[in-house]
Amino acid sequence: MAAEAHHPAGPLEQFSIEPLIPIHIGRYDLSFSNSALFMLVAAGLVTLLMTVSVKRGALVPGRLQSLAELFYEFIANMVRDNAGHDARRFVPFVFSLFMFILLGNLLGMIPYAFTFTSHIIVTFALALTVFLLVTVLGVILHGFHFLSLFVPEGVPKVLLPLMVVIEIISYLTRPISLSVRLFANMMAGHTMMKVFASFAVSLGVGIGWVTSVAPLALVIALTGFEILVAVLQAYVFAILTCLYLRDAIELH
Amino acid sequence: MAAGGSPDDDFDARLQRARAQRGETPATRRGPGSKPPMGIGFRIGVDVAAALAVGMGIGYALDYWLGTRPWLMVVFFFLGAGAGVLNVYRAVRGMGYEVGYRHSGAPPAARDDESDE
Repeated sequence: MAAEAHHPAGPLEQFSIEPLIPIHIGRYDLSFSNSALFMLVAAGLVTLLMTVSVKRGALVPGRLQSLAELFYEFIANMVRDNAGHDARRFVPFVFSLFMFILLGNLLGMIPYAFTFTSHIIVTFALALTVFLLVTVLGVILHGFHFLSLFVPEGVPKVLLPLMVVIEIISYLTRPISLSVRLFANMMAGHTMMKVFASFAVSLGVGIGWVTSVAPLALVIALTGFEILVAVLQAYVFAILTCLYLRDAIELH
Repeated sequence: MAAGGSPDDDFDARLQRARAQRGETPATRRGPGSKPPMGIGFRIGVDVAAALAVGMGIGYALDYWLGTRPWLMVVFFFLGAGAGVLNVYRAVRGMGYEVGYRHSGAPPAARDDESDE
């Protein structure tokens, strides 16, 4: 389309990765990209929040300290309620994971920012970390007995080989469904916002500003919805991590 | 939680209650947690698709390894479909029922949530 040619950005262009500092080592492209920049920003902001806010450690918390304590309490309660009392030592892990994803999702809501959680490779790496941790933890805690996870109870002996294979496939599904859920939500939401925003622009330029009121209103509504999704998806990721941890810890 | 603020409670009782709430006494409650209201439908769809993909991936890899080109992939397609149905069943039964669930103790639906006071 001719109109599309001089259009500055298509709806998918926001996901393109651009190297900011090109680094090439051997055959590998290790450039410092916009994705890496925003990951650093997210990690930096979390670290800043947690160190600055608790530096004074006031008994009556100020605003920033309240915020930090709120997040901490939220995650600590989530881990206790969903992963059991023995899982308290994993609160730092789940907390880091939750804050990193939350900041990644929310930073992506700032105009011109890059949403690193909209890339499957990022979310898959996070999910694979959780998957490997849970598996290794289960093996360390229970040894060979961990394999009983794949033997459902109350199944006739004849069907057992079939069920074990199905259980293993179901177990291997975890990192995929965990990562696809986060990535697809973020990518679909951001694409949709961009599409409706471009409707507003092209209708306003082509026909008149009156016609662009409807898509603009929709974009405003979608922005609120996207912030909700950003928080919700971080929550879902964290809570599923807790449930997986509980499986590994409380194996009977 | 309603009677939590009564001033003439002695300290021990309040401490007990706080500890029970934190799960540090035997009177712990370990419910299945609150479900997120949205995203369940999408989650179920992803679970089915992911199970199918994993099944077919395993079949393809085994075929590649054993040289039995189409057959194991067909078999594992159906096994993956079975795993997908299993995922959905567990997701619908409750968020806690993932791989390796078993009937431990009371069924979670029958347990009433307000066992602490």
